[in-house]
Amino acid sequence: MRTAVPVLMLAATLSACSLTATEEEPPASATGSDAGGRVVLVTHESFSLPKKLVRDFEAESGIDLEVRAAGDAGTLTTKLAVTADNPTGDVAFGVDNTFASRALDEGVFGESDVELPAGVQDYVVPGDDGARMVPVDTGNVCVNVDTAWFEERDLEPPATLEDLADPAYRDLFVTPSALSSSPGLAFLLATVAEYGDDWPSYWDRLLGNGTRVVDGWSDAYYTDFTAGGGDGDRPVVLSYDSSPAFTVPKGGGPSTTAALLDTCFRQVEYAGVLEGADNAAGGAAVVEWLLSEDVQAALPDSMYVFPVREGVALPPDWEQYAEQPSEPLTLDPADIAANRDDWLEQWRDLVTQ
Amino acid sequence: MRRLLALVALAAVPVAVLGLFFVVPVTGMVARGFWPDGEFAPAEVWEVLTRDRTLRVLAFTLWSAAAGTVGSVVLGLPAAYVLHRTALPLRRAVRSALLVPFVLPTVVVGVAFRQLLGAGGPLGFLGLDGSATAIVLGLVFFNVAVVIRVVGGAWEQLDDRPGHAAATLGASPAQVFRTVTWPQLRPAVVSAATVVFLFCATAFGIVLTLGGSRYATVETEIYLLTVQVFDLPGAAALSVLQLVVVLGLLLVAGRTRPTPVVRRPATPHRLRGSDAVPVAVTLLLLAAIAAPVAALLVGSLRVDGAWGLANYAALSTTGQREALQVSVTDALLNSLRTAVDATWMALLTGLLVAVVVTRRSRSRAERRTRRLLDGLFMLPLGVSAVTLGFGFLITLDRPPFDLRDSPLLVPVAQALVALPLVVRTLVPVLAGIDDRQRQAAASLGAGALRTLATVDLPVLWRPVLAASGFAFAVSLGEFGATSFLAREDFPTMPLVIFRLLGHPGELNYGMALAASVVLAATTAVVVLAVERLRVTSVGAF
Repeated sequence: MRTAVPVLMLAATLSACSLTATEEEPPASATGSDAGGRVVLVTHESFSLPKKLVRDFEAESGIDLEVRAAGDAGTLTTKLAVTADNPTGDVAFGVDNTFASRALDEGVFGESDVELPAGVQDYVVPGDDGARMVPVDTGNVCVNVDTAWFEERDLEPPATLEDLADPAYRDLFVTPSALSSSPGLAFLLATVAEYGDDWPSYWDRLLGNGTRVVDGWSDAYYTDFTAGGGDGDRPVVLSYDSSPAFTVPKGGGPSTTAALLDTCFRQVEYAGVLEGADNAAGGAAVVEWLLSEDVQAALPDSMYVFPVREGVALPPDWEQYAEQPSEPLTLDPADIAANRDDWLEQWRDLVTQ
Repeated sequence: MRRLLALVALAAVPVAVLGLFFVVPVTGMVARGFWPDGEFAPAEVWEVLTRDRTLRVLAFTLWSAAAGTVGSVVLGLPAAYVLHRTALPLRRAVRSALLVPFVLPTVVVGVAFRQLLGAGGPLGFLGLDGSATAIVLGLVFFNVAVVIRVVGGAWEQLDDRPGHAAATLGASPAQVFRTVTWPQLRPAVVSAATVVFLFCATAFGIVLTLGGSRYATVETEIYLLTVQVFDLPGAAALSVLQLVVVLGLLLVAGRTRPTPVVRRPATPHRLRGSDAVPVAVTLLLLAAIAAPVAALLVGSLRVDGAWGLANYAALSTTGQREALQVSVTDALLNSLRTAVDATWMALLTGLLVAVVVTRRSRSRAERRTRRLLDGLFMLPLGVSAVTLGFGFLITLDRPPFDLRDSPLLVPVAQALVALPLVVRTLVPVLAGIDDRQRQAAASLGAGALRTLATVDLPVLWRPVLAASGFAFAVSLGEFGATSFLAREDFPTMPLVIFRLLGHPGELNYGMALAASVVLAATTAVVVLAVERLRVTSVGAF
């Protein structure tokens, strides 16, 4: 009888929990012509907003918001680009400035006349000016240092990109790969913005100075960084300008890490109504909602990015420890689109050597 | 003629499934590369194939997959012997333990490996972090279980009398192995090596995590070209290259498929002096597999520099600062539900395929067709998940197959991954049933269904359950396709773990480790349940 138990177990599982048995599909015919009806938001896996905000929005607008999140920003952009002639939703959020040109070139977004609140204009894609792609949030990819580590050794921490190639800071820096990680790519772009055509020789020196390249941000921060909670041995890591807000000790007091504000590359994420959307009006309403004060104020805690709208209050830890650079490094998205291929290939060859 | 029609009818469902969910999407994506702007432009594709880099990438792919395969076979053979032919104490438990990594998500193993090999880890002094050796070790870690299971299953059933006879006539143990055991075992080894090679050649996460992006394989290159560079012709070229390599491999392997042998399960013998080396290898392997898992366990129990269960307690929440949309426990339920669906899909299709492939052929053409089908269902193992994923989006987007937003796509994709394992588990059992039994039943007046119920079912039901356990576990651990297709409100465990790892906050990191341990434990329980149902021929490829 020993075998009867698993059989019963199996039968029980089969009947009790199966996707097909429990999935409730909203009625497909619920699309309207005005705002309202069903709106499908296509986004990346990092998308997250408080559930209450979403519910309130649905109640007020009469929209039934369906969020489809998968993959990273690159996967999202590629997905939107290959389905441009038959979009998988009505509105998309999460294409960033490093991928913006691909989305515009492939005709992913249609024009929408969403009004931009004060401050948002500073972040638009040059040439598009917010017509198709509306800025929603911003954040900077910056080199971070473990200040406690440097204090213990009575060392002055590095401050600039140039310092990272200084033999005094040999074997201290770890960065995620530009090939597989979006902050990694942003750091490559930072060096391109800083050094222009000479960036390969800078990277040569950087790698010669013992820089470690790992797969992704979490690898670098948690496994290699000395202040990431693991047993890391690298006190300098590539992360975000907001990261110091997450290393404030339990009892309060100053953060144990700091972002180097001269090494930052600005990332901006956009939203837009998809060309050929079934419910374009509903899509535009979602974009407007993403720019609303409530959503903008929720961005730091939910997605670790700064609001683009002016006059939105930041959480206390952010107010105190997440300092934004006043003049981050930037590149024109069109420039990035034209050269990404070459840059990545050169970078790949430098790192693979 | 009627036989051929029956063959076609039986094969129709699985072939349609494979066609719709594999051939159509892959062809669609490759075609997008060959016809970039609606015009046929093979020159661009050809240009990619002649790049130096492409050759280097192909060479590294073949080298690492071959090294991973050789490593898995060399370490797996002694373990298969010890665990299936000798009376090693606790061998059942050890057998299931060795299977755990095979179904662990790569993202978890990647973290565990780096904790061990990283500069601060206990094995940091070896300097393997980010090296090609680390990649090969990772591949072996994942795949050695396939060898043990497949070869062990075949070894267990070998008639040991010819070996004894040879020994009595003066052959040394080495001679017995070389002249008697090996020839009988070889088809199983080749079969196992083929599957392992396919798994290794298409490994994605392990290459990126352990190689620190210093190494590229065809699989990572397709991702890079598609997602980062948006060079669809280049990606199409590599996808075709991948297909050609896989087909070539299947052709070679197809020549040495096992022929049914006389099965006479031998009782495990007591350990003797000559078993010292294989036992040592097995124990070493066990330790090597336990080490990363132990590192995970230890990490998950550390809270603020002290021991504690806070990371586990937090699994019922959505993490620090709402890192997740659903709690980890909900995600575990999602995983279990998805796995149920993936399992019945894989099982249903797998059964049909197995039946079609194993029916006796009357003509050469018929035999060829059956072999072709057999190989066809191995293909999903050898083709890039990126190509398949984007292919889904651009081909299954219009009625009557507007499926790209269907919640069923995730279990379907997982079922495709599990299908080859199901087929390989069932085929040898079905092939082992003497057709004369069915003929006898028929001549005694039994109808087709009655024959099935009295002849096939009694032999088949336990392997079917075992195969379902295998499929279930594969589905639990699947990451690549799932991350692409899963919906925000319905994430599975590997996705949740990945997401936790990507969010700042020490608790999120601790939860990711704890969730990994829970997933590993769940997997182990499933595998153990399978072990209990184990029949002698399960897993014999």
